[in-house]
Amino acid sequence: MTSTNYINADYGIWSWLLTKDHKRIAILYLVSITAMFLLGGLFALMIRLELLTPAGDLVSADTYNKLFTMHGIVMVFFFLIPSIPAVLGNFLIPMMIGARDLAFPRLNLASWYLFVVGALFALYAIFTGGVDTGWTFYTPYSTAAAHTNVIPAALGIFINGFSSILTGLNFIVTIHRMRAPGLTWFRLPLFVWAHYATSIIFILGTPVIAITILLVAVERAFHFGIFDPTLGGDPVLFQHLFWFYSHPAVYIMILPSMGIVSELITCFSRKVIFGYGFVAVSSMAIAVLGFLVWGHHLFLSGQSVYASLIFSVLSFLVAIPSAVKVFNWTATLYRGSIEFAAPMIYALGFIGLFTIGGLTGLFLATLGFDVHVHDTYFVVAHFHYIMVGGAIMGYLGGIHYWWPKISGRMYPEWPARIGAATIFVGFNLTFFPQFLAGYLGMPRRYHMYPPEFQVLNVMSTAGATILGVGYLLPLTYLLWSLRYGKVAPDNPWRATGLEWQTPSPPPTENFATTPVVTEGAYAYSDMHEAEFI
Amino acid sequence: MSAGHAHAAARGHSAERAYAHQFDSAEHQHGAAQLGMWVFIAQEILFFGGLFVAYTVYRFMYPAAFAQSSHHLDVVLGSFNTAVLIASSLTMALAVHGAQLGKRWAQVIFLLATIFLGCVFLGVKTIEYGHKFHEHLIPGPNFLFDGDARHAQIFFSLYFVMTGLHALHMVIGIAVLGVLVWRAARGAYGSAYYSPVELTGLYWHFVDIVWIFLFPLLYLIGRH
Repeated sequence: MTSTNYINADYGIWSWLLTKDHKRIAILYLVSITAMFLLGGLFALMIRLELLTPAGDLVSADTYNKLFTMHGIVMVFFFLIPSIPAVLGNFLIPMMIGARDLAFPRLNLASWYLFVVGALFALYAIFTGGVDTGWTFYTPYSTAAAHTNVIPAALGIFINGFSSILTGLNFIVTIHRMRAPGLTWFRLPLFVWAHYATSIIFILGTPVIAITILLVAVERAFHFGIFDPTLGGDPVLFQHLFWFYSHPAVYIMILPSMGIVSELITCFSRKVIFGYGFVAVSSMAIAVLGFLVWGHHLFLSGQSVYASLIFSVLSFLVAIPSAVKVFNWTATLYRGSIEFAAPMIYALGFIGLFTIGGLTGLFLATLGFDVHVHDTYFVVAHFHYIMVGGAIMGYLGGIHYWWPKISGRMYPEWPARIGAATIFVGFNLTFFPQFLAGYLGMPRRYHMYPPEFQVLNVMSTAGATILGVGYLLPLTYLLWSLRYGKVAPDNPWRATGLEWQTPSPPPTENFATTPVVTEGAYAYSDMHEAEFI
Repeated sequence: MSAGHAHAAARGHSAERAYAHQFDSAEHQHGAAQLGMWVFIAQEILFFGGLFVAYTVYRFMYPAAFAQSSHHLDVVLGSFNTAVLIASSLTMALAVHGAQLGKRWAQVIFLLATIFLGCVFLGVKTIEYGHKFHEHLIPGPNFLFDGDARHAQIFFSLYFVMTGLHALHMVIGIAVLGVLVWRAARGAYGSAYYSPVELTGLYWHFVDIVWIFLFPLLYLIGRH
């Protein structure tokens, strides 16, 4: 660590706060997003504690409403959506394509400041009384009835939205214009493809929620009638506009995670990924189809039955590219030389959780079944399997995999494996009982429930405790490794990919000379699969 | 190509280097900046798109109230403003042309003309807003309307949000143009480097096009 790298290139707080280096900005994001994750996790823990008993004995109904709302706002807008693109995407995309930086470094720094300002607005809303509308801000409750801090929270989300838009813009231009010589589109790492697809959603989806949230704020502040039915407006219009973004937002959370899993599976089974082209194009297919399915959130909102039918069919279609990915990962594993390093455990855990979450998504896209489980814990379990099981497993797997590159230190392997297993077990114990509770009829968003659901809720709360411990483990040993970890070699996993061809941690300009790419991604050619295939 | 890459030290930080360290050449940087602006405009289309969706839905639901309400907008002032904006697009295009040819004072004059026309537009808009205020056409408790007031309020809500957001875009554009004038006067732009002028031009034309849609949708529906 004596050579000059991006960490020791410059000293002092301002060298970080005014940096234009994509790697330092990624670290700024890592710190601020981790703080938001801990806050959102704290709210989750309080929700689970309240639900330990059937009676509403820990918090009042009002407080409970605020807890699940703020848990949702913090986790969705300030953790799940930005986490992988802003931290790992920022750090890795320029290195993976052999560039010295993103196309617009100053814009990148501005994105982080927008994130921070948005987060401050949200924190202001939370700590001066909270919001109780649900993270979905459904009108007319949010515009005409709620007596809580809707406007500051909405402004926070609005500002944070532009952080996402600018990040997406930066990625699209960078991937188009900054690739090293020889790095054609179909030689790109799948992580980059996944971020390209995600960026398209950022660009086409986020502005729509921005304007929608702005309309809510305007309606609330000046009594403009756009969604409020007493003023002639249509609250269902809000749901259409909201879900036009917020359903694709789920793919913002899951696509980058899938990109990471593709990298991990191929590296730790020492095989070139099965069907590279299909995996790459399926990311784009998910991004495109993701814009056509928002109506499945409105099956019970009074939209026409024909619209519901069409949205139901379109929602099924998303299963195709999703399954393409899962099948290609399993085909990659087949006869691979599999090494169960911690990142690989996260990747395999991702496949399990995403499969459960994805299949229950098909249940929910089915009109009749959706009517039965609408607004129950079945839905809660489903989207947690995707958004938490999928997104966070990928995120943590990626953090571990690239930790040597980011920090220049190895994480300790055994605590990491135990952490990954703890998270997997805790996660399933938390959310699988919720499928059962929801199927049996336990509605979401109530702070008390009939006593027959208590066993399932106790299981869920116990699981949440294990999950919480599981999350604290990596936080602890990763911080420990910064000081005491083994010094990392340039390429500890013997992986392919340009990011491994530069020192750990990388120098400010990433590469001493721009690399020239002469072969496709994942050329694990010296490995033993040649004997089998 | 890779020889030209080398690292930053080789290119140095000399005054004539007109591109940032992550790019290989001025053309490389110009291309990236252009693509960035187009992606930003795609985002802007979707941003306004939410409002156009709302407009479409409500006009379909309440066609009579919308037609009635549009009679309360001043077509003469609206038409005048449309002409002003089209003229400003022309002066903006001439400013970009001037920058490309390296004609310093031509671009300064045309940029100033664009700012002037933008200010005229905003001034007329202020007068129109004032009229609406006096006629109690601001949605809310004091709204007065001879006819289907409930649905006319939706029209005027959309009118104020859409034209207000458009005006905000113009204010931002004028501020950016102000910076451009100052820099252009100091000779910052020439045939080798004119991206900021060109990209601001793209933005300005986009904002004009939004108005080209807003004007008939809001002002002219009652008169065919």
